[in-house]
Amino acid sequence: MASAAENARRDQQGKIRARWLLSTPALLIIFIAAIGPLLVMLAYSFMAKGDYGDVKPGEFSLDGWFSVFLQRDIFDDTLTLADAHLSILWRSLRLSVITTVLTLALGFPTAYFIATRPRHTREVWVFLVTIPFWTNLLIRTFAMQQVIRNEGVLNTLLMWLGVINEPLPIMYTDWAILFGMVYVYLPLMVLPLYASLEKLDFRLVEAGYDLYAGRLAVLRRIIIPLVKPGIVAGSILVFIPSLGAYVIPRVLGGGKNLMLGNLIELQFGAGRNWPLGAALSITLMALVMVAMLFYVRNASRAGGGHG
Amino acid sequence: MARARFDIRSQPGFGTIALFTFALLYLPIVTLVVYAFNASDSLSSWGGFSLHWFAAAAQNQAVQDAAWRSLIIAASAATMATIAATMAAIATTRTPPYPGLGFKYAFINLPLMVPEIVTAVALLIVFARVKVWTGYSGLGYLILAHTAFCIPFAYLPIRARLEGMDQSLERAAADLYAPPWQVFRRVTLPLLRPGIIAGFMLAFVISLDDVVISEFVKSGGQDTLPTYMLGQLRRAVTPEINAIAAAFLALSVVLVTIFFFINRKEA
Repeated sequence: MASAAENARRDQQGKIRARWLLSTPALLIIFIAAIGPLLVMLAYSFMAKGDYGDVKPGEFSLDGWFSVFLQRDIFDDTLTLADAHLSILWRSLRLSVITTVLTLALGFPTAYFIATRPRHTREVWVFLVTIPFWTNLLIRTFAMQQVIRNEGVLNTLLMWLGVINEPLPIMYTDWAILFGMVYVYLPLMVLPLYASLEKLDFRLVEAGYDLYAGRLAVLRRIIIPLVKPGIVAGSILVFIPSLGAYVIPRVLGGGKNLMLGNLIELQFGAGRNWPLGAALSITLMALVMVAMLFYVRNASRAGGGHG
Repeated sequence: MARARFDIRSQPGFGTIALFTFALLYLPIVTLVVYAFNASDSLSSWGGFSLHWFAAAAQNQAVQDAAWRSLIIAASAATMATIAATMAAIATTRTPPYPGLGFKYAFINLPLMVPEIVTAVALLIVFARVKVWTGYSGLGYLILAHTAFCIPFAYLPIRARLEGMDQSLERAAADLYAPPWQVFRRVTLPLLRPGIIAGFMLAFVISLDDVVISEFVKSGGQDTLPTYMLGQLRRAVTPEINAIAAAFLALSVVLVTIFFFINRKEA
């Protein structure tokens, strides 16, 4: 008996070992080309900066982290808040929040509309959202540029309608970045919202009306609470890439309207301050992790309510 | 009886907003494609219908090289990512929890959670060193970086397929004395195929579309199609870029359509 139990245990251990062996290639590749470099970057953020970029290996320094929020005056060595960095951080947060709110405002009615179509046409509408979703981000950004530039479709249309006499200079402003982010991330909001709304039990909605609730009350008190997991998922899926946006502000924001992603790139290019770039990257990652934690906490709470 | 006409599903204004959203989603793409057929030299005026810019793009050596490079990278990265993801999916599904299982999930999905720009500069730091040490500066870096961020995308559909699979067929094969390898090759793998195809296609599209990581990892003269376009956007833009973008778009639409129908058949 004892040896049978021993065999079963050994068999179980063998299986676990085989499962580790099978997952080794995936884990190894991700370690070499994602997690390992992130750890190296963490180390770099604590090193002194090299004279021509790079770092002085092994030379410990907190300058990178200090200069995320502070700057040292070159003449009298006093420390002041790094206004440029803070304003870029603030722009990133502000634009990401506004993008999330706008995509939700457009995405919720859209997802609701799709979810209430007859079953056979629903797929077509979902497909129409999926196509832009899988279209190259750069191409969509470039497409948006053609709409909002001075000679673009939007300005031409508004001038033809007589709303404006001169083209609105949208390109290379925060507005351009906002237009681009809303456009590019909209499908990320619609798809999870649709997944939630599709499962909505309309008998509950009917019960609400039977109890003399108005349309708004039904929306606010029944539909929105029931699809809250979808709302949270969509908002996180939009907020996180918005915060880390790099291509959209680079193409639509021009050189002046930087977001965090562009500020990071700058440190590895013309700025030649790798430790600062590394510290900024980790700051960005920390912000993303906070958003993720918020999501996980919300998701687990919602899951407990009405799985 | 009046209640019968009251549609409980409708919400005022939602239909209008939805149609506006669809217009918003498609207006820029349609504009881009229309201008690809513009005969004029500039994007500001319409000079009539022409295929001139498609021909110009197709004959441009830099575009050809970039397109070819993109395809090589996407095909290699998607293949390696799919193989690694399939193995990892088998190792992490249909098992009682074992120590390290949660760790593996987190590890495999991590590339999805880190902002692309962060991964990109981290790779820049490490690969810059490695390039100096080894003297090698070929496409290997791009392929390796792409493989890593493609693994989670390939993993998701394969794992989903595995979890939904009926184990009785594999048990039956084992009962009929098929050795484990034969059970895998003759039973598990064919059943898993739709998941593997979906995973491969996802990985392929994700790799083909990548701009940020390629931009930071590539060495000189290693432009992929997206990084080539990004470089061109800094300069005066001609409809040639529209033509490249339109062709790229057509490829994406074809791939997505195939993906959509494969998934629908399975569902």
